[in-house]
Amino acid sequence: METLISRLTASFGMINAWYAMIVGVLIALIAALLGVTLVLKRFSYIGDGLSHVAFGALTVSAVLQMLFHFQLPDDMIIVLPITVIAAILLLRTGQNTKIKGDAAVAMISVGALAIGYLLMNIFKPKSSNVSGDVCSTLFGSVSILTLELKDVIVCGVLTLIILTVFILFYNKIFSITFDEDFAKATGTNAAAYNLLLSVIIAVIIVMAMDLVGSLLISALVIFPALSAMRVCKSFKSVTVCAGITSVCCAFSGMLLAIVAGTPVGSTIVAVDLVVFIIFTLIGIIKKGAKA
Amino acid sequence: MALLTCTNLCLGYDGNEIVHDLNFCVSAGDYLCIVGENGSGKSTLMKTILGLLPPMSGSVVTGDGLKQNEIGYLPQQTAIQKDFPASVREIVYSGFQGKNGLRPFYSARQKQIAAENIRKIGIEALTNRCYRELSGGQQQRVLLARALCATEKMLLLDEPAAGLDPKVTAELYRIIDDLNQRYGITVIMISHDIDAAMRYATHILHIGKQVFFGSKQEFENSETGSRFISLTGGDA
Repeated sequence: METLISRLTASFGMINAWYAMIVGVLIALIAALLGVTLVLKRFSYIGDGLSHVAFGALTVSAVLQMLFHFQLPDDMIIVLPITVIAAILLLRTGQNTKIKGDAAVAMISVGALAIGYLLMNIFKPKSSNVSGDVCSTLFGSVSILTLELKDVIVCGVLTLIILTVFILFYNKIFSITFDEDFAKATGTNAAAYNLLLSVIIAVIIVMAMDLVGSLLISALVIFPALSAMRVCKSFKSVTVCAGITSVCCAFSGMLLAIVAGTPVGSTIVAVDLVVFIIFTLIGIIKKGAKA
Repeated sequence: MALLTCTNLCLGYDGNEIVHDLNFCVSAGDYLCIVGENGSGKSTLMKTILGLLPPMSGSVVTGDGLKQNEIGYLPQQTAIQKDFPASVREIVYSGFQGKNGLRPFYSARQKQIAAENIRKIGIEALTNRCYRELSGGQQQRVLLARALCATEKMLLLDEPAAGLDPKVTAELYRIIDDLNQRYGITVIMISHDIDAAMRYATHILHIGKQVFFGSKQEFENSETGSRFISLTGGDA
């Protein structure tokens, strides 16, 4: 017990652990809010797909910098636009798309992953430890524990912007999620709001990649939403409940990870999974009590 | 000036024409039933009226102060909606969304109108219930209340009775008729149910190989009409 507490206090003596906490909780919050819409629109796997795109874009950026001997101030200059474009293409739901929903997501996801890994192997940028690099990108790097104040501020500002946009457009997001045709027919500019959603989602995923890695982003997006849907009856309560659940899971997951020395990303997801099971049971009991 | 006028309308998608040279108009207070075999282009026509699909040629013109985005629409249910966690109130409010432009929230006036529409449809008791826990008929009535929030003049109903049992269907038709008779709302309904069409409609539009548009009596006396009624009337 004493060692646990001393490990905790030692961690929290480090300012970096606090930074990681703040960033983790913020990302968990906005990922969960958008997750409700994504799950209901049947785009649960978009988090996974887009994060693979971001991974592919990251390797492209690294290879380009190596081949042409220049240094970008930040890889995001290449990664973010590519991910945004992929998100727009995936969520453009019109009847004209030839490859539909799940197949399109799967195709882009696997394709980008393969290209990224291929490029890394062929060009072996900077560090020669290919499998190590791939692993940290997929499962979350330790970089969350080496965040600087600058990163925290950027993340905070982005979260604030996304939250504001989400609240202002909350009713519109509900309309196009519940019934896009009706929304279009009665004069809501569904295409514009879909575009807005795509951009927000891409930004969240690029932000979240450092925290939990590409493979586990889906979990941050879908688990809180699914948990909330087990027990809540209205869209508003589902959204609020998903946000709160996600923040609690991320917070306690990171505490656990620090105490037990486990990987941050997978610990958070494990907590999310446990909460999902608990909520499911509550949902069943509630239903049983009513009947 | 009619509420809705379609002139020389040709419909279809991906270059395939389904409906050729369609002409009809709808005046205030009319109850128009659109009938026809499966695949005759009923749904395409409806999407064109709503502005979701562009016509291949010809025109759809709204008049008498009706704008195209002021048509209340009752779509067929999608798979997404069946397990959607939303309260009845949230769904009915969303009928106003198109009118709100960039304004983020609903006004007190809109909430009041929504409450009136909920009363007109007779679903006050369901207001706080969760949509996915309602029966099929109740869900249709919720969507009808939402459609009323989007319009004061015209409703467009796409097979409103699909999947409902006869008793619930009759109740739904009675509500729609009530909206038409008592509140003067113009109704355009796509239907398979020729019996209901003949009972409630004032006008019939039959599309398919033979196109017919006219009042109910004219349809009954026409060759197209009598053949269609004898073919489909028995099983409804």
